[in-house]
Amino acid sequence: MRPDLQPVIVGAGPAGIRAAETLVRHGLKPVVIDEAPRWGGQIYRQPPAQFQRTRQTLYGLDAKAAAAVLDTMTTLLPHIRYRNDTLVWNAEGGQLDLLHQGQTSTQPYSHLILCTGATDRVLPFPGWTTPGVFTLGGAQVALKYQGCAIGSRVVFVGTGPLLYLIAYQYAKAGAKVGAVLDTATLRDQIAALPDLLAAPGLLARGMYYVTWLRAHGVPLHGGIQALGTVGDGRVDAMRWRDSLGEHEVACDAIGFGHALRSETQLADILGCRFEFNVQQRAWLPVHDDAGRASVPGVYLAGDGAGIMGAQAAEWAGERAALALLADTGQASAPALRTRANKLERALGRTQRFRGGLERAFPFPPTWAKQASDSLVVCRCEGVTAGDLRASVAATGTTDINRLKALTRVGMGRCQGRMCGVAACEILAQCSGQPLQAVGRLRGQAPVKPIPFAMTCATSPSKPEAST
Amino acid sequence: MKNAATQGQFRRLSETGRDRVSFTLDGQLREALVGDTVMTAVLSQAWQLRVSEPGGDKRAGFCLMGACQDCWMLTESGERLRACTTFIVPGMRLRSKPKTPDEA
Repeated sequence: MRPDLQPVIVGAGPAGIRAAETLVRHGLKPVVIDEAPRWGGQIYRQPPAQFQRTRQTLYGLDAKAAAAVLDTMTTLLPHIRYRNDTLVWNAEGGQLDLLHQGQTSTQPYSHLILCTGATDRVLPFPGWTTPGVFTLGGAQVALKYQGCAIGSRVVFVGTGPLLYLIAYQYAKAGAKVGAVLDTATLRDQIAALPDLLAAPGLLARGMYYVTWLRAHGVPLHGGIQALGTVGDGRVDAMRWRDSLGEHEVACDAIGFGHALRSETQLADILGCRFEFNVQQRAWLPVHDDAGRASVPGVYLAGDGAGIMGAQAAEWAGERAALALLADTGQASAPALRTRANKLERALGRTQRFRGGLERAFPFPPTWAKQASDSLVVCRCEGVTAGDLRASVAATGTTDINRLKALTRVGMGRCQGRMCGVAACEILAQCSGQPLQAVGRLRGQAPVKPIPFAMTCATSPSKPEAST
Repeated sequence: MKNAATQGQFRRLSETGRDRVSFTLDGQLREALVGDTVMTAVLSQAWQLRVSEPGGDKRAGFCLMGACQDCWMLTESGERLRACTTFIVPGMRLRSKPKTPDEA
């Protein structure tokens, strides 16, 4: 490896692992930094060492894909520098600032592949800060990572393929699922069929989960509007409305989410150019078909660059690594071309499938309009929809960062990860602008809270020599 | 001592044969299982991670993947930890609410 070359991959999910594999195959020794103690990302998250469930039990129909990704990383370990349990909290001038077990350090890089993944896209309903209400992804983590259900009787609410997957995983693991409440309708799903056929395997899997749930007596309701939780300080029931009227289902836990949102803070801090993606209703860092961001030497892959799913993340990770190899002269571009073309075609097909998913599980278009003034939007700072609307009415604010300064929405410890989507939707609704016109919450270092003493340190710890 | 099967928000579905770990929650001796996060250790036998004063706003975490920062708890020594990404260790002394005058 050229001495001036130090590729660093942030994230050890499917995209990061495939990127690392590709670089290693061409003789490079990347550094792979991951926040989790064990590799796999959220989708193939591995339980702590003391757990013994088989991969078949943990990952179900995805067990083969999970095994392939996880075992690849095992074989890579001697050939990479793996920095697990490590948060990248800043990126600047060829250097990453890290936090590992309370200690800061730095990591120089010449090239960066960001595989930062996603979190649930959250559209709050009344009572969502009550103990017992978790994200869909969180519900899945409890099960996969800890062998626990989030409650004794769980209701899943929102929309997206994860809704049915997680309900299935819960029921299959022996949890009681009270109901699955989908804001999308059967009509949405039928209209999406032609595009969903671009990935028949994934479509068949989704239909299997729905069929299985029905066959096992789990009530599935479509076209719902979430009205909120019932219970004082804990969850006793979930209320919702559909075309037949208002309903209530008893439960002690709720998992909810409306598809996923990309984690883009590092790309933002690095100065990557963002564009509004109409399909995902989000500002995303732009990249070419190979994954090159607008900043030279920065590459983007996986759900952190726009939601494409786990299979596409593997392809995008490999594609970005091939681009890095070509850009640095580590492999001749023509030699990589055949493989690169194949990956780009596969990613193109996925794009069509994702379009189908957006039609099958559309963003609930009337959510902001229906949100009452008393609805808490920001769970860190307790900012309500009414606070946001009053501020807009009083100041004429049209920009989300201005609204943040005025109301503290998105200023809390989650830095807008949980409330950002909802706050932008409310601002667009009450200021009468299209969503893209309100802008996006800017990423700021540290991208996650770090101990106060460390941000005050006058001299950063000594940079570690690249290996 | 309350054992790990005591009812709480989380319901254990599998892998309950792991070794036990003792810790305290608001001064009370409790048991969890090796490999539990602080969140699992607490929510498998309680209904919230913390009660904020004043206001009494109860929280039990939200995303479980280190993004929402909702699940922080305090230790007896005043250290703040993120319950979903911190593992329970023997002798950990956790607080979900400020000490009462009797305890102080």
